Amino acid sequence: MQELTGAQALVRSLEQQGVEVVFGLPGGTILPTYDPLLSSSLRHVLVRHEQGAGHAAEGYAWATGRPGVCMATSGPGATNLVTALSDAYMDSVPIVAITGQVGTSLIGSDAFQEADITGITLPITKHNELVTDVARIPAAVAEAFHIATTGRPGPVLIDVPKDIQQATGPWSWPPVMDLPGYQVPGPPSLAAIRAAAAMLVQARRPVLYVGGGVIKSDSHADLLRLAELAKAPVTTTLMARGAFPDGHPLALGMPGMHGTYPAVAALQEADLVVALGARFDDRVTGKLSDFAPRAKIVHADIDPAEIGKNRAPDVAIVGDLRLTMAALADTVAAALSSDSADRTGGTALAGTGDWLAVLDGWKRQFPLRYTQESDGPLKPQFVTERLSALTGGDAIIVAGVGQHQMHASQHYTFTKPRSWINSGGAGTMGFAVPAAMGAQVGRPGELVVAIDGDGCFQMTAQELATCAIEKIPIKVMIFNNGFLGMVRQWQELFYDERYSSVELGTAIPDYVKLAEAYGCLGLRCERPDEVDTVLDKALAASDVPVVVDFRTHDREGVFPMVPAGRPNDDIVLGPEFSADEQRAATRREMTNRELGI
Amino acid sequence: MSTHTLSVLAENKPGVLSHIAGLFSRRAFNISSLAVGPTQDDRVSRFTIVVDGASTPVDQVCKQLEKLVRVLKVVELSDGAAVERELALIKMRVDPALRGQLLEVADVFGASVVDMSPTTLVLEAVSSPAKLDALLAMLDSYGTCELVRTGRVALARGAGVITDDAPALTAVREQTDTAA
Repeated sequence: MQELTGAQALVRSLEQQGVEVVFGLPGGTILPTYDPLLSSSLRHVLVRHEQGAGHAAEGYAWATGRPGVCMATSGPGATNLVTALSDAYMDSVPIVAITGQVGTSLIGSDAFQEADITGITLPITKHNELVTDVARIPAAVAEAFHIATTGRPGPVLIDVPKDIQQATGPWSWPPVMDLPGYQVPGPPSLAAIRAAAAMLVQARRPVLYVGGGVIKSDSHADLLRLAELAKAPVTTTLMARGAFPDGHPLALGMPGMHGTYPAVAALQEADLVVALGARFDDRVTGKLSDFAPRAKIVHADIDPAEIGKNRAPDVAIVGDLRLTMAALADTVAAALSSDSADRTGGTALAGTGDWLAVLDGWKRQFPLRYTQESDGPLKPQFVTERLSALTGGDAIIVAGVGQHQMHASQHYTFTKPRSWINSGGAGTMGFAVPAAMGAQVGRPGELVVAIDGDGCFQMTAQELATCAIEKIPIKVMIFNNGFLGMVRQWQELFYDERYSSVELGTAIPDYVKLAEAYGCLGLRCERPDEVDTVLDKALAASDVPVVVDFRTHDREGVFPMVPAGRPNDDIVLGPEFSADEQRAATRREMTNRELGI
Repeated sequence: MSTHTLSVLAENKPGVLSHIAGLFSRRAFNISSLAVGPTQDDRVSRFTIVVDGASTPVDQVCKQLEKLVRVLKVVELSDGAAVERELALIKMRVDPALRGQLLEVADVFGASVVDMSPTTLVLEAVSSPAKLDALLAMLDSYGTCELVRTGRVALARGAGVITDDAPALTAVREQTDTAA
């Protein structure tokens, strides 16, 4: 049997695993591994901060569906990955982190750059392991990728002490995985599928509540088929934007705290909510006890622990969502073909025609509304809509967290899955630039646009250097309103307009000069009539990264909004709507016929 | 307090205890009692975990435990259908005049004397948690000066075995056999 050092085994295992790129930054305890890395088939992208490596791995995974890999040294190198691991854990992103650790004889001695990274990351990884035997390296790597990518995906960390990297051990591939306690949920129960299909066919006011699981399981085609068969409207959560085309007549847009009125209200009035790879997150449900009060719930998820965690379902479907979606669509199709009545006006089958008419009315009455005056301050919604129009909804959009993220999600017209990447559950400021970098590496031929806030941008902007040097031509659109905008919005609404430590200022840094200093093209846009020209210029630059400083209106809020902890029925349409319109939205009077009574 | 007793089989590997304990901390579940030890298969540890059902969603605890990669099987032992035992060592400072009375109490509860000095004695009691509580209440008036209790351990009554329908555990065995 061939003998390899732990470091060689680690690198060769990554190659065998099909890894093409590693985002990382070397240091003392991972040095042995960086040596064989140099002569391997792996591309190493040298980041400027390990957090960037973690988010880049995430962006790569979001964009490609393949696991992202990041690497760091022990101690601070490893702890700098923590935010990204936490982010990946919250959003079920498959990444594998490899960290160096001090030599086994030094562990526990407070050695230089020692940190108990497996202990630290225990609650924010799907699994982690401190490898203490060189012979285990191939299996540890194979297990890490298996765990990260199967079932509900998530981050896995492997911590390898320096002496284990230097030791020599037997090499063979594929290794035998030793995971007796790890079981991947298989196909869903047919009985549950039949029960769910029957409920869907009979529902008068169904809503398909689509979460990130649909994108992760690549089941968007069956989602489209299911929605069209059942004539059921679809709302796509922040994690699922792009799973269903926004331009489709059955699309309601995003639900939740900053969801569209039709999506939020449809869930509140629904008689059936079919949750597909979604987890009844508090940002979607608002006050949980008042969420979708009239609805029966079908909950399909690959993670059994999500079933009943927040809302008890009437029908639970545990299993691979791709199989679930296909079976559900097939079963609904069979049920409909056995009854020739047209569903919309059908007799034997309940029809959703009245319901869809109500939703269309709401779409017309309560759209996403903002005002862009031709000589007034630049609105982030307007910039997003122009970007959407100029890219034909064809770009990969990456956002961090905050107002820019909500405006991007609301106003970009998504047409396909894996074209929206953001920090959903964790809400990580600084996610966008490095995640866009990872996405661009994963999909080099495509247009990757980070929409970022000025606050977020400044947290990880140093990765622009990585992008410029590594020829990763991302486009970064900074919505620069000089504030931590979402925090400002909350202080305006809930803290009597007392603005505490929230103003960043628009002028420092000078983002154009900063971009140029980093070897990027820097542009600025201050007026609505410049937007198309500046965007055209930015999108045309294919050889360098671009940063555009959009000076956006500092008072612009994100609406609609459901205040945190309040019932979704308390949705606030915002300043663009009259008191009469708000009253009509709140009362939402529906006729019995519309209610299907 | 409505308690639930969980039996958890896990791989006997480093870090397993912290994975399990960490899960309880991360999910804000409360552990009332925890006992861990090896099983007849030295690759497998058995945890007996008692949780308070009022403050902790037991179904969630089980599902989240099952998701841990090193956990092989989780079973909730229902009340009455399981033998539950705790062991306590109790150091008493006893007036020699009351010693006979105290030993009578101990005898009623099946507790035995495992150490004695002119002024103290140590009782060992093994019993169901409820009976142990009753003994401790009785002893209190005699002056308990030190008490240590193990966590609860439990086994289901009857012919059923926790490894029934546990393919995971079989897999461990098979691998052990292959290795051997």
